[in-house]
Amino acid sequence: MERKNQNPVMQWIVKSKILGILFFIVIGAFVILKIGEALTSNPSLFLQQVVNGLQLGFVYALIALGYTMIYGIVRLINFAHGDVFMVGAFTSFFTISRFNLHLWFQNIFPSFPALSAQVIGTVTVVLASMAVCALLAFTIEKIAYKPLREAPRISALITAIGISFFLEYFGALNFVFTPNYITYKRPFEVRSWFIGPGGFGTFETGVTIPDNSIIFSNIFLIIVLASIFLLLVLQYIVKRTKIGKAMRAVAFDKPTARLMGINSDAVISITFALGAALAGAAGVLYSIAYPQVYFTMGITPGMKAFVAAVVGGIGSIPGAFLGALIMGQAETLSAAYISTPMRDAIAFSLLIIVLLIRPKGIMGEIASEKV
Amino acid sequence: MKKNVLLSLVILFALALAACAPAAAPAEEAAPAEEAAPAEEAAPAEEAAGSIKIANLSPLSGPVPTFGESTTNGFMMAVDEWNAKGGVAGMTIEPIVEDSQCTADPAVNAANKVIDQDGVHYIVGEVCSSASIPVSEIAEAAGVVQISPTSTNATVTLNLDGSTKEYVFRACFIDPFQGLVMAKFATDQGYKKAFVMLDQGNDYVRGLAEVFAEKFVEYGGEIVGQETYTGTDTDFSAILTKVKDSGAEVLYLPDYYNVVNLVAAQAKQLGVTAAMMGGDGWDSADLDTAAVDGYYFSNHYSPQDTRQIVVDFVAAYTEKFGATPDALATLAYDATNLLLASIESVGADDPAAVAAAMAGISYDAVSGTVTFDAQHNPVKSAVVLQVKDGAVNFVASVAP
Repeated sequence: MERKNQNPVMQWIVKSKILGILFFIVIGAFVILKIGEALTSNPSLFLQQVVNGLQLGFVYALIALGYTMIYGIVRLINFAHGDVFMVGAFTSFFTISRFNLHLWFQNIFPSFPALSAQVIGTVTVVLASMAVCALLAFTIEKIAYKPLREAPRISALITAIGISFFLEYFGALNFVFTPNYITYKRPFEVRSWFIGPGGFGTFETGVTIPDNSIIFSNIFLIIVLASIFLLLVLQYIVKRTKIGKAMRAVAFDKPTARLMGINSDAVISITFALGAALAGAAGVLYSIAYPQVYFTMGITPGMKAFVAAVVGGIGSIPGAFLGALIMGQAETLSAAYISTPMRDAIAFSLLIIVLLIRPKGIMGEIASEKV
Repeated sequence: MKKNVLLSLVILFALALAACAPAAAPAEEAAPAEEAAPAEEAAPAEEAAGSIKIANLSPLSGPVPTFGESTTNGFMMAVDEWNAKGGVAGMTIEPIVEDSQCTADPAVNAANKVIDQDGVHYIVGEVCSSASIPVSEIAEAAGVVQISPTSTNATVTLNLDGSTKEYVFRACFIDPFQGLVMAKFATDQGYKKAFVMLDQGNDYVRGLAEVFAEKFVEYGGEIVGQETYTGTDTDFSAILTKVKDSGAEVLYLPDYYNVVNLVAAQAKQLGVTAAMMGGDGWDSADLDTAAVDGYYFSNHYSPQDTRQIVVDFVAAYTEKFGATPDALATLAYDATNLLLASIESVGADDPAAVAAAMAGISYDAVSGTVTFDAQHNPVKSAVVLQVKDGAVNFVASVAP
């Protein structure tokens, strides 16, 4: 019996993905035109916006890495990841404001150069957050996700959403994080520099900044350096260590990996912990850049990082990084050159366009099914 | 064995989270809310003989908890003072405090609860215009008198057709006046170019920004740019870079202190030299004075005012709550007093009569003498304050 909707034209449209390609060409042309216009009219402004976008992109990258790793291993989109990020931010808030953890080195060795002592202090704060988040994720995995390993994937997904809400609203209780928007205290002083054809220098009152210079702060430097460092460490772990090999094996084919003698449960727990540690670091860095912490702060960055991971190819680590950088740029440049209220709409439309042409993402591997 | 490890991990976490209870956190907002909670628990569906219920809708949690704390403090101070003198019109005042979080949905739920379940006829609230506007519609329909201490958006007291709501009043000036004050101040200071940032989804911010832009141009200035952002935005670097590039001398940001803190911190990092100016949403103990040092905002009153009534109020409030009253506490105190004075003049729990009495009242409030105009808005002056070296100082007073 011939079905009415087997119109050959429609079939061709769907199969050849012509709509997606057309969208991509039109929007790509528009973007190139705008960028060209921006570059020629005011290159230093454009570069400044790119720098702004990079800062955002690197923070999203750390969160996106967690999403992509967990998906790669257990094919679960961990919606609670954004809230682990929030817990990391709050942990650093408490260690800094309550226990002055960022000052421990300075207090023990007062004669040590201040800059290095500050760096050591900040690193300690980040490590503390990473440890707490890793422990949290390990616990969540054992309580909520492990019992559902054999269940249909949708159950684990819904559980992830449940854990997300639980973390948020338990954190909103008065004896935990409170539902208030708390101003974050940074573990170091912010310093800004300008660089450009007029020279290089620091901001000080009374110093006029020459035209066409780009401004960046030590926050930007710390975020970029920390993200790159953590990415390299992650790459090393995944590619060069035995546990990394085990992770890749379990991601590739879990039953066979178990046959080869790999303890898949331990590997999965370690992956969760690793992803969460990165989210914890991201939480600290994000709070340093945007000094306000509150119990729902993980929702939007979590969503954007998830989109970034999908755009880059979920399951692929370099893909997540690339996707996050693209998202950061898309958000900042569209806010700068198109329209600020539409920045989120544009950034998320990127997801639709990329998936229309390349459903597995930019660097994604072919997955048989995605929940 | 494994289950024990798991259990101990969970318990460890719960303990760790509980230990993280922010007792050292800046605002001790738990105290006034808990004080009022027993009063609210005790309220049965019917009024006890000889008592009158007054509700307070206040943003005790959410983005602006210091506003809520101050407002409820001011409200409770007025209630306690009247109760100490024997109540109002011979009835003891039963206060009911609800948390409305400065947002429309929780405020509407709170309003419905106090009106339907508790049978309240008088509301002092809300603080934020976005919450007061929907509550005012409920109050008007239910015949409940509402006086907002600090909602400055003009439409709080107006129906859609422009007529005045019979039961809704406010104790503060309105945004059209406040925007004008800052525009005038900016042009008087010699600034010619202004950049306006506004949150499209917030009635208060939008109202102020629109008036400022209009008046600034009227007084001879130029608006070199206008950008919108959303309430959940944290990254303002793209907008602030545009502000820098536009050569603006003034950055008008009439938002609440939580957003101002974020924007000001990022502005400093990016080297934005434009002088930031804002509205009464800046008035908070949690405002990051280091980030906005040297900048100005318009407000309802200054604790440094030398009038006797202000001096007495500041002393009494400081003694009771251990902090200098901000504009929100003062206005809440004034709003509650206005309401109670109107009830006293009527002599009974009759909302319609109280509304009529309030429309014609003339009362000496801490923030100035209050008489209501045809739109139920008080005719009052504004002050311009400057943040300098960690303190907020009085700069000028502007009469309507």
